[in-house]
Amino acid sequence: MSIELRNVTHVYAEGSAFRSVALEDISLTIEDGEFLALVGHTGCGKSTLVQHLNGLLKPSSGQVLVDGQDLHGEHVNRRLLRMKVGLVFQYPEYQLFEETVAKDIAFGPKNMGLGADEIDRRVRSAMAQMHLDYQKYAERSPFELSGGQMRRVAIAGILAMEPQTLVLDEPTAGLDPHGRDRILGILRELHEKGTTIVMVSHSMDDVARLATRVAVMSHGKLIATGTPREVFSRQDMMENAGLRIPEAARLCQSLRQRGVPLPDGLFTLEELRTHLSALWREAHPC
Amino acid sequence: MLKNITLGQYYPVDSVIHRLDPRVKILLTMAMIVAVFLVRSLVGYALLLAFVYLVSRLAKVPFRLIIKGIKPLRFILILTFLLNLFLSAQGNILFQWRFITITDQGLRQSIHYSLRLVFLVLGTSLMTLTTSPIQLADGMELLLSPLKVIRFPAHELAMMMSIALRFIPTLLEETDKIMKAQMARGADFESGNLLRRAKAMIPLLVPLFVSAFRRASELAMAMEARCYHGGEGRTRLRVLKLTRPDLWASLAVAGLIALIVLEGIVLPKGWLL
Repeated sequence: MSIELRNVTHVYAEGSAFRSVALEDISLTIEDGEFLALVGHTGCGKSTLVQHLNGLLKPSSGQVLVDGQDLHGEHVNRRLLRMKVGLVFQYPEYQLFEETVAKDIAFGPKNMGLGADEIDRRVRSAMAQMHLDYQKYAERSPFELSGGQMRRVAIAGILAMEPQTLVLDEPTAGLDPHGRDRILGILRELHEKGTTIVMVSHSMDDVARLATRVAVMSHGKLIATGTPREVFSRQDMMENAGLRIPEAARLCQSLRQRGVPLPDGLFTLEELRTHLSALWREAHPC
Repeated sequence: MLKNITLGQYYPVDSVIHRLDPRVKILLTMAMIVAVFLVRSLVGYALLLAFVYLVSRLAKVPFRLIIKGIKPLRFILILTFLLNLFLSAQGNILFQWRFITITDQGLRQSIHYSLRLVFLVLGTSLMTLTTSPIQLADGMELLLSPLKVIRFPAHELAMMMSIALRFIPTLLEETDKIMKAQMARGADFESGNLLRRAKAMIPLLVPLFVSAFRRASELAMAMEARCYHGGEGRTRLRVLKLTRPDLWASLAVAGLIALIVLEGIVLPKGWLL
């Protein structure tokens, strides 16, 4: 299932003194099976863009096509399409409301009108995917969990709808390093199992490690797309957009400036480590 | 969805009227309300209308925006008019048909009552359009502070008012966000009968209350961290001072009231209502 944005423009509060253009003429296609990272400075329109992907916001002009079908066409069941594109908002734990974890996760599937057995299967599978032990958590109140656990419950609530595309708006914001690694690991697993993933992120290191493609936004415009390698090699463009290249890439750069013979285009700590240990072994044979 | 709601109806421009001391504006509005009840003839209402128009020009607020304030009141207006028209039995009969009787006094009364209502709204919207909610709260606090002698919590009341006002946009934004998040999970807020719709609000209201309580406790903590301990000995950033324009405004309203009183005395009774 592909999602295509065609010349999408979004204007908030059109016709009032508070009018502001959040998105300007954005064209972007999200391909099946990719892991797209959406990056950009605060207020560049990422969150607005993300809400167009499942029809929560309607573009002021332009089209959003899901599988070639106009999301805002006349005979489109938007609720149905919305369930194919799972959207995880920023701080999704603030949307929890049920008495128990299992009931909360079941909210989405219930709205889809599934049978009790299917709902139960989906709740169990979503919890397993989010590394939440069913025995331990299913009957607990979501409000007595830790922040990271609540976040995983909230994401499980979206996964239980078994969307073909999962869109996440800063899924790791405000989590400790352990909680972050956990969420990112789960996302990698989901992607490997074939879910298309769109992730908004401020961490270029996470983007370098996970994404297959990066889209860079600045002031409501899409200014670059490409593989992490392509995008991160354009350091000037990144800095103009108010962003940095990954830590590993910067370390690599300053090492190269000091004469360490490292190749260009190393963006993850893992890559850098491999090359550095190879160099070490060369220099210290024994 | 909820983006287009403006807080109160404050019209943010800079003008002489906007810069008036909020205390003066509150008191003058009250004086004007009294004046509305002193009017005896249509001439008086014409005076009031001219005054409202003049102030709106000075305040750089479009006149039609002030007139628009009457719109939500139209049913009450019509009801007031009709009730007074049909239920008043005194005076000379103008029209009679079966049980319906219209008298000249009834007609006069219904016109007076509805026009009074209209001018009450016009007068108060003139104030709320030109005074920000925070300024209003400030003005109220100072006007009520003499009552502290009898342990009336003027400061606390004003603080609660400004906090409540401050949080309206925040909570609206939050509602919008939670609504969207639940819609992303297939929630349907729009269809179904009353009971179903009420039930559909639970996924919205529970998170909203949780977050409102969280925000309240965070705000309390932040205020204590900055040594807030009530109004005792607290100074203010914007000290309210009476200025020349405040004097002019008071004189203008005094003049208006004088004219209206004069109109009641000079014009013979029953002339133009």
